[in-house]
Amino acid sequence: MRATCWEGKKKVRVEQVPDPKILNSRDAIVRITSTAICGSDLHLYNGFIPSMEKGDILGHEFMGEVMETGSAVKNLKIGDRVVVPFTISCGNCWSCQQGMFSLCENSNPNAWMAEKLWGHSAAGAFGFSHLTGGYAGGQAEFARVPFADVGPLKVPDGLPDEQALFLSDILPTGYMGAEMCDIKPGQVIAVWGAGPVGQFAIASALLLGAERVIAIDRFPYRLRMAREKAGATETINYEEVSVLETLKEMTGGRGPDACIDAVGMEAHGHPLAYAYDRAKQAMMLESDRPIALREAIMACRNGGTVSVIGVYGGLIDKFPMGSVMNRSLTIKTGQCHVHRYMRPLLERIERGEIDPSFVITHRLGLDDAPQGYETFQNKEDECVKVVLKP
Amino acid sequence: MATELATRADPVGYEEFGYGHVPERRQNGGRQSDTQPQGTSTEQLAWVLGWFSIGLGLAEIVAPRKLAELIGVEDNPTMFRMLGLREIGSGIAILSQEKPAGALWSRVAGDLLDLALLSTRLDSENPSREKTLTATMSVLGVTALDIYTAKSLSRESNGGNGTSTVEPTRRGLESAGGIKVKMAVTINRPVSEVYGFWRNFENLPRFMTHLESVKILDDGRSHWVAIGPAGVRLEWDAETVEDRPNELISWRSVGGGSVDTAGYVRFKPATGDRGTEVLVDMRYDPPGGVVGATIAMLFGESGEQVVTRDLHAFKSVMEVGEVVHSDASIHHRLHPAQPASDKELNKLRLPGAQSPAKIEESHTIF
Repeated sequence: MRATCWEGKKKVRVEQVPDPKILNSRDAIVRITSTAICGSDLHLYNGFIPSMEKGDILGHEFMGEVMETGSAVKNLKIGDRVVVPFTISCGNCWSCQQGMFSLCENSNPNAWMAEKLWGHSAAGAFGFSHLTGGYAGGQAEFARVPFADVGPLKVPDGLPDEQALFLSDILPTGYMGAEMCDIKPGQVIAVWGAGPVGQFAIASALLLGAERVIAIDRFPYRLRMAREKAGATETINYEEVSVLETLKEMTGGRGPDACIDAVGMEAHGHPLAYAYDRAKQAMMLESDRPIALREAIMACRNGGTVSVIGVYGGLIDKFPMGSVMNRSLTIKTGQCHVHRYMRPLLERIERGEIDPSFVITHRLGLDDAPQGYETFQNKEDECVKVVLKP
Repeated sequence: MATELATRADPVGYEEFGYGHVPERRQNGGRQSDTQPQGTSTEQLAWVLGWFSIGLGLAEIVAPRKLAELIGVEDNPTMFRMLGLREIGSGIAILSQEKPAGALWSRVAGDLLDLALLSTRLDSENPSREKTLTATMSVLGVTALDIYTAKSLSRESNGGNGTSTVEPTRRGLESAGGIKVKMAVTINRPVSEVYGFWRNFENLPRFMTHLESVKILDDGRSHWVAIGPAGVRLEWDAETVEDRPNELISWRSVGGGSVDTAGYVRFKPATGDRGTEVLVDMRYDPPGGVVGATIAMLFGESGEQVVTRDLHAFKSVMEVGEVVHSDASIHHRLHPAQPASDKELNKLRLPGAQSPAKIEESHTIF
C-alpha cells in the first residue's frame, strides 16, 4: 500500500510499504477513505518529538471501511464505515474503565520508554512516535486498528466523511478543552491558538454555555474563521497588541474565567520570549516552548482554570508556579479521552449543532501529503486543515 | 503505597533473601538505592578514579595538543575535547553517586574506546609508536583498576557484602553477585486468577520475551530454557523454594545451569478494588556476569527493561487475553512503525497472536 512516511526533520514521503495484517485477535484492518494532517503531526514533522524512526507511517486522524476483523471482534462487520479514535484503548484496564481512555494501560508496548520520560506511560496512539507504541499511522491506504471492538465508531450512512472525520481527534480534543473549563453561564473563555483544535474549543465553549469566547492567534485569516465560523465573540492578534493588557481591558481587569492552551510545545509569541525559548529548545535545555501556556496562566482570573490541550512532550522552562499557587488556579490537561466523546459528539453533529467540516481548507490526494505538510507548516494559502483522500 | 509496601515486606520474611534493607521509599520501577555512605576501600578507590577522570578530561579539553604529543598520536583537538567531555561526565557521575558501579562501568567503556583509538595508531607507520605503546599500557593498567573497582562495587551495591549471618543455603543466594531487579505492576484481575496463572510456570513464556519454554519436573523443580543476548541458548533448573497460594512464590536456580537466579513474586489485593499488586524481586547472574550484562545493555536491553516489559506483557495477558503488539514492537530491533512484510512476519514468533488466553465479551462502552 502507499503510506505517508516520516523520513527525518521536515521530510515526509509517500512510499510503497507492506499492507497491514491482523496481529492481535481484537484487530481490524480498515481501508482508509479520509485522513487528515493534525497540528501535532507538525511537532513530529519539525522533529520535536523524540523516538521517531525513519520510515514511520504518520497520521492519527482517519476513517474508512472495515476490510477484515480479528477473531475476537464481534461488533464490526466487513464493510462497516467507521471513524477511529487516535488513542488506542483496551477497555479492560482500570484507566479505560474509569473513562480515561488516553491512559490505557495495555496499549503501549513501549511503555518502558514512556516511563523513562514521563514517569508513567500513557496509551498507545497511531502514527505518533515510538514513545506511544510504534503503531503505523493512518495517512495511508490501509491501517491496522487494535482493540477494534472498543475504539472505532460506526458512522451513519447519510453522514459525509468530512463531517465525521474529526471525531477521531480534534473535535473531541477541542471539546474536552472546553469541558475541562467547567463553564458556568456568563463566563468568559479565552482560547490561545486558532488552529483546528482551537476552532473546535471555541465552538465547544459556546455549546457549553460560555457567554463570550476570545480567540488569540497571529494569523488574521484564522482569527476571521474563529469569528465567522466557530463563533468567537472577540479576537486578539498578539502580534499587534499585548495579550495580557488587552484581556484585562476586555474583562474589567479580572481576566478570563478560564484559559485554553490550544497551542502546545511550539508556540510563538513576543519576539524576545520566542527567541529565548527557541534558543533553549535548540540547545536541548528545554524540549517545549511554553509561551502560550505562560501567558494563559498569567491572564487567567483568580481562582480560574487553565485547560491545556496543546501537546507538550517533555520539559519546559520558567513555569510561573507562583502565579498558579498564589492565585488558586486549577490546571487541567490530558490527551483527549476520545472514546468518551465520540458518540455524544456524533449526536450533536447529526442534530446539526456543529458541522466540523468548516475547518477544512485543503483537500488533497494521499500522494500530495508532502505538499500538504509543507503548506500547513508554513501557513501558506490560508491553510487551517488539510484532508487527504487515499 | 510506598510505606505500605515497605512495612509489609518484612513480615513476609523476604529480607532473609539478602535483598538488603527495605528502603523507605520504593515505588513502581524503583531501583534499589542504598542510602548509607560508607567509606569502604573500594569506594575510596572509586573516588580517586572519579577525580582522575575529571583531571584527565580537563587536560584533554585544555591542552589537547600537548597530550597528543605526549602519547604520540596525531593532533586532533576536536576528538580530544570530545573524549575529555566524556571523561568529565564519567568523573562527575562517579563522584556524585554513593555506589557508582554504573558510572565505573562507563569508565570501563571509555577505556575500551580509548584502547580502540590507540590501537589504530600502533602500526609501524607511527613515528612515535613507542610513546603510543606506553600510553596503551597505562590505559590497560587503568582499565584493570576500573574493572576491579566496578566489579567490587557492583557486588557491594547488590548487598553481597558477606555481612549477613543467615543460613548457608540462603547465603548462596546472597553472596551471588549479578543483577537485581525489583518491579511492581497492578493488574485489574482478582488475586487468585493472577497467582494461578503465574503458578503454572508453563504459562510464563507467553509473556516473558526471552523465555522459550518452562517444563515442570518432579518435586517442585522446573526446567527453563531462554534465548539470551545474541541468540545464545540458556538452560537451567529451578526449584520452588516457597509457594503460598495467592500470596507468594519464590524460586532459585539449582545445579549449575547457565543462569544463576533467585527471587520471589508477591501478590496482594490492590486498594480500592483495583485488582492485584504484583511485585517481582529477583536477582540473576547471567553468563558473562555483570560485564556480559553491561555489554548486552550496550546492544539495547538492560535486565530492568526486560523485566519491565515482561511485567507489562503479563498485565496484558491477564487483562486483555494476549500480548498487545504494535507494528514496531513485534520486531526485536528498532523497526519503523510500518507493517511487516510476509517474510518478516513468518520469521517472528508472535506468542500473543496465536491463541488468546481468554477474551472477555466484546466491550461496549456506551
